[in-house]
Amino acid sequence: MSSELLLRIRDLHIEGRADEQWLPIINGVDLDLQRGRVLGLIGESGAGKSTLGLAAMGFTRDGCRISGGSIEFDGTDLLALSKLQRRALLGKRIAYVAQSAAASFNPAHKILNQHTEAPVYHGVMSKTESQGDGMELYRKLRLPDPDNIGFRYPHQVSGGQLQRAMTAMAMSCRPDLIIFDEPTTALDVTTQIEVLAAIRDIVEQFGTAAIYITHDLAVVAQMADDIKVLLRGDEVEQADTRSMLANPREEYTKSLWAVCSFQRPLKADVAQDSVPVVSVAGVTAAYNKSADVLHDVSFDVHRGRTVAVVGESGSGKSTVARCIMGLLPPKQGAVLYNGEALPASYKKRTKEQLRCVQMIYQMADTALNPRVRIKDIIGRPVEFYRGLKGKQRDDRVAELLEQIELDPSQYMQRRPTELSGGQKQRIGIARALAAEPEFIICDEVTSALDQLVAEGILRLLARLQDELNIAYMFITHDLATVRAIADEVVVMKEGRVVEAGPKEEMFTPPHHPYTDLLLSSVPEMDPDWLTKLLAERGVDNIGDAAVARMN
Amino acid sequence: MAIALWRALLIGGVLWLAAMMLPPLMSGGWDGLVAAASQQRLVRTIFWISVVLLIATIVSWVFRELLRRTMPEVIAKPMRHAPLTASFGLMIILLYVIVSVGAPWIAPYGEAEIFTKINVLPGGDPELGGDPSHFLGTDQIGRDILSRLIYGARNTVGIAFLTTMLSFLIGVTLGFLAATLGGWIDQGLSRGIDVLMAIPQLIFALLLMTIASEWSYRSGISLTWFMIVIIAVLDSTRVFRLARAVGLNIVVMDYIEAARVRGETLLHIVFKEILPNAFSPLLAEFGLRFCFVFLTIASLSFLGIGIQPPLADWGTMVRDLSQFINFAAYDPLTAALPLMAAGAIALLTVAVNFVVDWMLQNSSGLKE
Repeated sequence: MSSELLLRIRDLHIEGRADEQWLPIINGVDLDLQRGRVLGLIGESGAGKSTLGLAAMGFTRDGCRISGGSIEFDGTDLLALSKLQRRALLGKRIAYVAQSAAASFNPAHKILNQHTEAPVYHGVMSKTESQGDGMELYRKLRLPDPDNIGFRYPHQVSGGQLQRAMTAMAMSCRPDLIIFDEPTTALDVTTQIEVLAAIRDIVEQFGTAAIYITHDLAVVAQMADDIKVLLRGDEVEQADTRSMLANPREEYTKSLWAVCSFQRPLKADVAQDSVPVVSVAGVTAAYNKSADVLHDVSFDVHRGRTVAVVGESGSGKSTVARCIMGLLPPKQGAVLYNGEALPASYKKRTKEQLRCVQMIYQMADTALNPRVRIKDIIGRPVEFYRGLKGKQRDDRVAELLEQIELDPSQYMQRRPTELSGGQKQRIGIARALAAEPEFIICDEVTSALDQLVAEGILRLLARLQDELNIAYMFITHDLATVRAIADEVVVMKEGRVVEAGPKEEMFTPPHHPYTDLLLSSVPEMDPDWLTKLLAERGVDNIGDAAVARMN
Repeated sequence: MAIALWRALLIGGVLWLAAMMLPPLMSGGWDGLVAAASQQRLVRTIFWISVVLLIATIVSWVFRELLRRTMPEVIAKPMRHAPLTASFGLMIILLYVIVSVGAPWIAPYGEAEIFTKINVLPGGDPELGGDPSHFLGTDQIGRDILSRLIYGARNTVGIAFLTTMLSFLIGVTLGFLAATLGGWIDQGLSRGIDVLMAIPQLIFALLLMTIASEWSYRSGISLTWFMIVIIAVLDSTRVFRLARAVGLNIVVMDYIEAARVRGETLLHIVFKEILPNAFSPLLAEFGLRFCFVFLTIASLSFLGIGIQPPLADWGTMVRDLSQFINFAAYDPLTAALPLMAAGAIALLTVAVNFVVDWMLQNSSGLKE
């Protein structure tokens, strides 16, 4: 491995335009990257990770500008180049892999045709050469049927495969530097591990330097040689991965590392004769006339306890929630509330029945009406269910805002667009609380949030449960969240419950093979975890391949 | 890019004009300039167009500054980013509103008042067949044209506004209902609207108006009311299409689902949850629809079955005065009479579209 300096950024300042003025996004960050090294950029959202990653290509998003500093790539100053000269570099010597491959591929062209575009444009290879090379890369990335997968359209392959095809595309010109911008954030754990293994392999084989942007610490521990921590546009610290993980110097880094440590005390077992608040009894359901997506699903949720429902996307977790809410009447089976069957459709339920079951949504952006003030978003259920009006209503809203740790005088009059992601999710919680329910469904409430913010939400939910004795059904694919908050766990796969039981049982072997796969696919902070796992299971026994073998 | 090109053209034009104007202006002052400009028809046309554009620009700039400095923050804030076209549009709309509301005080005579002198020529010069008391002359049965032009603003604009409101009430309500309820209600409404839209609008309106004139005769209700309802219903088809499309995008949001499982009524969902989010596209459409309704009314009046005499209205005035266009070669002012009513329609249409463009740009967040 040569130690030649490839990328050298000095005192970089980037500003973004908002409300008629330029606000700083990056305040004087330095960055050095040697050939063949992988640098991990971590930090919460708004820390400037992506902006810095794009700046490494001499590029800024619309409405941003580079206001100072220098960016040197292999000795040439990127900022001094004209647009045309820079275009000759991008794609050929510097490549970019975006977060969502599904949104980045052009849906109207076949994958391989998009793959060959850059090499042909830059004159690196002819179209036939590049096609052959693409198939070779697909083979190296362990894509199924590498000779033919390139002739499919993007929507015909799965998300994880698409992300690997995107990595192959970035490799198509054998660049010196690839920037990975959260390439696995949108993927399931079992799929994520395939992509991680593939990316690491190919970066090592070709000796490519890479900048790996992510907010997932465990992932960056597997991928990066060095880690740089960013906070609001400033560098917090940088060190090589092992020493960074072993002894972080700065307080902020320590707090990031400590996130995973939140864990609730175990609760006493449920009494044998207690009636569950909500009981899902043998539910089979389907959308319209298509095939069943749920098969005879049953589980109980007891008062004041949290049941985590885990599984990959498409396993039917959210569909169960829709059945409980009455949005999707089941074909067979029923949902019992305190031992009595709830009407299948929400339209037939009484106001009281509707009040007792509430839901918190994954995307707070779409769950809160952007045109309604916070006061009315929370005030509406207060007024609707409890009939409070005027001053009484406002007092109750203020009380709820205090419960979710937001200052009423400051937030009552705001609209959702004036809040951060974590604050929006808190408003979503307050809206559910306003109905004074006994049971709340939390549908992936933390998956769109940064780890620190997500931890705050989890702590809040735990506190509210202790104070108000509410039962939660917690839908998630993140097992760290399950460890933190659940009392019982239900594992779902393809619409069936494969395993259910108290948390401590779920996290100790023996498991159902699927649970085992899920658990072992969750990245750990140990930098050797991926290497060990691959050695243990073999490269062909991870992700989709392993799931397929199980069937 | 496009804006840069326009700027270059504008600056080039101004420089060219200045080069043309400077010698006569130096030698003979303003009169010399006008005299020099009148010699050639093309130069004369360009000269007067530039003068009008320049005045419009200055006036709208002054109007915008006035709004920015004297108005409360609610109005002043958006005006700080408003382009001159928007300020021009707002000014013209304001002017029309003032004229239509204050018509009885502004107009020298009543709209139906008949004088003994008929066909008095405009200009107010007795030697040329004019009359100082009727600046724009009188029509075939001796009504003051200036007064009718002013009252026309009130009738035409007022009726158009009422019709557009009604058409939005029908279209938006049905469109949101179709989007929210879906299923066979959506199918039924949409296909019904398709049938209505398949018939050419003006022909359909003519047909219905002919039928309505019989009803009007029997029931004693003014034909104008029938016209408002007919045009509103025909125009609501377009509003329905838009409201349904916008509504469909909003209905899938989680907050609508949250409202549904809360047990909210349809009325609350449509008017409290959906409507506020659909407001800006609907408002922009309102501006455009208003122009089309306005033109439909003027067309119907021109054909003689719209707003009925003695109510003054611009469409009817264009028809009544249209013969005067034949005098264009001899007496430009007289020939311009029918064009004044037409020009009033055109000016308002342009003004409304300027304002709508500005609002669309604001709501879409486009910068250039």
